[in-house]
Amino acid sequence: MVPTHYYVILSAVLFGLGVIAFIFKRNIITIFMSIELMLNAVNLAFVAFSQVWHRLDGQVFVLFVIVVAAAEAAVGLGIIIMISRNRKSLNVENVDLLKL
Amino acid sequence: MNAPLIVFFLLAAMCVIGAISLILQRHPIHSALSLIVVMVALAGLYLLMGAEFVAAVQIIVYGGAIMVLFVFVIMLLNAGAEERTNLSKLAGTAGIPLGVALTGLLAAAVARSQDAVHASVQSGATAPTKAIANLLFQDFVYPFELTSFLILVAILGAIVLAAPRSET
Repeated sequence: MVPTHYYVILSAVLFGLGVIAFIFKRNIITIFMSIELMLNAVNLAFVAFSQVWHRLDGQVFVLFVIVVAAAEAAVGLGIIIMISRNRKSLNVENVDLLKL
Repeated sequence: MNAPLIVFFLLAAMCVIGAISLILQRHPIHSALSLIVVMVALAGLYLLMGAEFVAAVQIIVYGGAIMVLFVFVIMLLNAGAEERTNLSKLAGTAGIPLGVALTGLLAAAVARSQDAVHASVQSGATAPTKAIANLLFQDFVYPFELTSFLILVAILGAIVLAAPRSET
């Protein structure tokens, strides 16, 4: 039997790695992928708690998170295509129109 | 050490190595492939917990649909290796210690938490898909219908954003 807090610690580690990737990467597509990594880490915690309390609400929440992630990926990748079309670059530092 | 624990550590190592590889790879397509490794390993972890429906959805929707979309966009935009700039060095020196600190804080909070978190997950106990369906179509039916509307809006938004402009 695997103790639940192993799953939750793994979830925390994956979330932290997602945050590090979000800060460290310069490519806008990779930054978007690190958001997906953070969502996956949260899903892992949801499923672990759902199994330990024998309530299925957590797994239903995971389904909703996956649906929202799919919608977010579709819209976000559309925005990325627009940015690369207008800026001719995928580096986030070139997207600074609002900067003084 | 029993068998589920060994499988857990193998899959957890796959997850963490894939996530670190996502950070270290310079080329977006390599990062995307690393992320697919993480997602498949997470599906294995869901199976280990007995959440077979979530594992299947993880493989089909995340590994199948979302990551294929990412790979398509990377190839469509012909994304090359990212360049290092002064700002990215700054982000590395300041961001990585802060990220490690956040991870340590979260993990320490979990490790010191109450008994409810420390109970074992029953590997044999599976979550019946029928029960999830009952919950989804009875208690959560309004959020479920709302997600279909969300998907519709997302499709329209993606088409409006990515469609080529006809200059008339």
